[in-house]
Amino acid sequence: MGEPGGGIANGILGTLTIAGLAMAGGIPLAVMSGIYLAEYGRGKFASIVRFAVDMLAGVPSIIMGIFGYVFWVLPMKRFSAWAGAAALAMIFIPVVVRTTEEMLRTVPQSVREAALALGIERWKTTLFITVRTATAGIVTGILLAMARIVGETAPLLFTALGNQFWQSGLDQPIAAIPLQVFNYAISPYDDWHDKAWAGAVVLIGMVLLISAGARYFTRVKK
Amino acid sequence: MENALKVKDLSAWFGEHQVLKNIAMDIRRNSVTSVMGPSGCGKSTFIRCLNRMHDLTPGFRVSGDVLFDGRNIYSEKIDPVLLRRKVGMVFQQPNPFPRMSAFENVAVGLKFNGKKRSRSEMAEVVEKSLRMAALWDELKDHLDRPGTSLSGGQQQRLCIARALAVEPEVLLMDEPCSALDPVSTAKIEELIEDLSDKYTIVVVTHNMQQAGRISDFVAFFLLGDLVEMDRAAKIFTNPADKRTEEYITGRFG
Ligand SMILES: Nc1ncnc2c1ncn2[C@@H]1O[C@H](COP(=O)(O)OP(=O)(O)OP(=O)(O)O)[C@@H](O)[C@H]1O
Ligand SMILES: [Mg+2]
Repeated sequence: MGEPGGGIANGILGTLTIAGLAMAGGIPLAVMSGIYLAEYGRGKFASIVRFAVDMLAGVPSIIMGIFGYVFWVLPMKRFSAWAGAAALAMIFIPVVVRTTEEMLRTVPQSVREAALALGIERWKTTLFITVRTATAGIVTGILLAMARIVGETAPLLFTALGNQFWQSGLDQPIAAIPLQVFNYAISPYDDWHDKAWAGAVVLIGMVLLISAGARYFTRVKK
Repeated sequence: MENALKVKDLSAWFGEHQVLKNIAMDIRRNSVTSVMGPSGCGKSTFIRCLNRMHDLTPGFRVSGDVLFDGRNIYSEKIDPVLLRRKVGMVFQQPNPFPRMSAFENVAVGLKFNGKKRSRSEMAEVVEKSLRMAALWDELKDHLDRPGTSLSGGQQQRLCIARALAVEPEVLLMDEPCSALDPVSTAKIEELIEDLSDKYTIVVVTHNMQQAGRISDFVAFFLLGDLVEMDRAAKIFTNPADKRTEEYITGRFG
């Protein structure tokens, strides 16, 4: 017996909190960057952005955790939900930038020309016609990136840290399912191992749910 | 003014490659002008110069004047967005907006060009445009269908309705029938004749019979030059230039 009680409800809430924060900040930034790269990015600045995004996409997730630790946890002098969300956002953003760019590139040039010929301004064409044409693909990309970050463990080790209790604030250490699975699994106790399995099942369920959502978006709206 | 557009000494380049050479042309108001010539002679390039569709093409350059309402459309004072509301365009491949209903496709130009309109005003314009494009009777009960689910001929008429909805003065059409079957083609030709009462129409076509049926004037291009332009009857019976004659009698290109 490890100890009575425990469980993963706080982890579920924590994971939703961290992933939600990461997405709230990451989606606008990533989608706008993707739009910039696809629709306006011809010059030198664009190739720098593209290169930076590719770099970011290739950074191993444990390194993102270390970045979070060095640039957030140390200056703030505490582990926190914010730090965890920042680390996850660094994983989320490059994926969504690239899918947004790719999805917009699949929109035929004839769509932009048709809008141009109607006397619609370029920015309105981009936002209300080109992006709209690619919405299903962009949303799918966001969901798949989300499925990826809810399961990440390494970036949270030095940022969100984990918490045995219910979260008490975004500037405090916070629980997350992957961390709990890890901690319960490496413990010597059988009943903690059971909780690790339970966490794993919940995690898989979440990822399945999100992927099903992604499928729904690609299927329904043709 | 009897000319809707006046082209003076227009040359155009893609990078180093000169595609149009010193074109001069008057385009009569409320008439149909056909642009003919072998493939690659610059017909599309030419009509796209008339509403500045090349603005976003890297490496493209023009010199000379295109006067619309007496003002050069390439002068810095002209807003190309406003110009394109007056000089609309229909493309070779029907290109309705994906993920928009037929209704939205026609309404979209109005929706995004500034003035607020009520739902019923929109519906009125959509109906009027679809009637002008001879599509209303076929489509009135299916306005919520995706524009891309219509037949090719219907899609092209939808694109014409979409262009008409913003009330242009000039309509440029680049081979509007080349992707269509004969029945749809006949419908579009009829439409062009009807529209020419109110609109100035410039249409690129490869089809000699078609040019004969629909045009008031015909311009013949060859390798970036305007060889000659005249009344359709004159071009087809007694062209001034030998090269025109060779082309229309099929001994060329
Ligand atoms: N975007 C472009 N970039 C570079 N060159 C181009 C471009 N568009 C057209 N050209 C060149 O300009 C010339 C004229 O092309 P254009 O499309 O105007 O011919 P066209 O008369 O419309 O031919 P077609 O009957 O086949 O449509 C061609 O040599 C073509 O290769
Ligand atoms: Mg052409």
